[in-house]
Amino acid sequence: MKTNFNHYQAAHCESGVTTALLRNMGLDIEEPLVFGIGSGLFFCYLPFIKVYGIPMSTFRYLPGTIFKSCCKRLGVKYTVRTYRKPQDGMADMDRHLEKGHPVAVQTSVYWLSYLPEKLRFHFNAHNIIVIGKDKGGYLVSDPILQEPVFCSADDLQRARFAQGIMAPKGRLYYPSFVPENIDYTKPIAQGLKKVCKRMTGNPLPFFGVRGIRFLAKQMRTWPEKLGDRKAALYLAQLIRMQEEIGTGGAGFRFMFASFLQTASERLKNPVLMDCSTKMTAAGDLWREFALLAARNCKGRAKPEESYDHLAETIIRCADREEEIYRQIMGTLG
Amino acid sequence: MKKQKVPQDQTSLDYIREICYAVDENGKYTKVQSSGWEAKDTALNLAWDVLNEHLQDTIRKVKEGELSPLAYFMEKNQLDAHMLSGYTGISSRKIKKHLHPGHFGKLDDRTIQRYAEFFRISPAEFVNPELP
Repeated sequence: MKTNFNHYQAAHCESGVTTALLRNMGLDIEEPLVFGIGSGLFFCYLPFIKVYGIPMSTFRYLPGTIFKSCCKRLGVKYTVRTYRKPQDGMADMDRHLEKGHPVAVQTSVYWLSYLPEKLRFHFNAHNIIVIGKDKGGYLVSDPILQEPVFCSADDLQRARFAQGIMAPKGRLYYPSFVPENIDYTKPIAQGLKKVCKRMTGNPLPFFGVRGIRFLAKQMRTWPEKLGDRKAALYLAQLIRMQEEIGTGGAGFRFMFASFLQTASERLKNPVLMDCSTKMTAAGDLWREFALLAARNCKGRAKPEESYDHLAETIIRCADREEEIYRQIMGTLG
Repeated sequence: MKKQKVPQDQTSLDYIREICYAVDENGKYTKVQSSGWEAKDTALNLAWDVLNEHLQDTIRKVKEGELSPLAYFMEKNQLDAHMLSGYTGISSRKIKKHLHPGHFGKLDDRTIQRYAEFFRISPAEFVNPELP
């Protein structure tokens, strides 16, 4: 049994899942627009929360919020559920599939054996769409893959009811109603403003552009404080958060620049086009950082490519980004 | 990033074509498939190196009788006591106890069964694993 569903390959899982589900309901929408309206862009560095022994950093906002914010702003009605018992969660999913409705679920990549072994860590916020039931398992549309794949029932149940940080608790969600003739101008402005506010308006040092500068400050001390090996590990973690499958490049900055282009066209605002160009430049700088950081990880960095230099590079990222957010806020009023 | 600059490196994951956003000749953003980027492959490899080192260390300790086979299976599955407790319903205090070979030897059949089921192996294999 298979529901009627067109697979949509995307850069990021949550914006990809949301886009695919909305497209499936007849909306002509692309991933960057969903990502922007859902205010997905962010930065945060929390040295006191450690995952696999390494401080947590992220280039995106909390899991689940892209879907919710995007739907709310577009006037799309949706349902989100979690379950206490795995059996209930699986049975409920089956009921939706029997009715021919694909549903999105939050999973841990560790248990999804269709993914390459090398990507399977206990990361609990991977989003996929279950589109059908097949002998002893399910047909799954994973937005980061080129086509739908098979996933065994046991794997899927484990993935949906994984333990640890951000445990998904079987989280299942889907849009249930899409209004006709959506006017995108207001949702786009709302999405943009929220991103700017989060990136520049938080008084704590861990979030937004202040977070980037805080990270830079800490980074300078890593080689001395942690030793070469651990410092390299910290860098590696940053590169992975920024680039590993699921960001579209440069920690979502390129996807956001793409959104800014669309926003400029739809809002007929040339300033946003300028911001898009600048965001691309900021993204290129993040890529440069990743490249230099990787060289440091391999121990092949030149003397002038030290941690100090890395820190300066990301401070430049922070400066450029801050300018963009202020410019956006200025033009939107 | 320009479309032509989207990295197409040969990496260990290059059979997955991932989506990148990049600008075309006219400065307009498009979706481009990428086979991977060496920089991030380096980072991923480093993360695995560390995990494998921990695993080798644990295997040595299990062989030397310092830790129980449970430690090996936990390390292999990247689990700590807290997470394993969530999956099996066995309290993390008990799990930590079971890491000692002495306590591990006294495990009852039911508990062994619970662990084995979770690790998807037979009870015999759980108690006496073939260590690489």
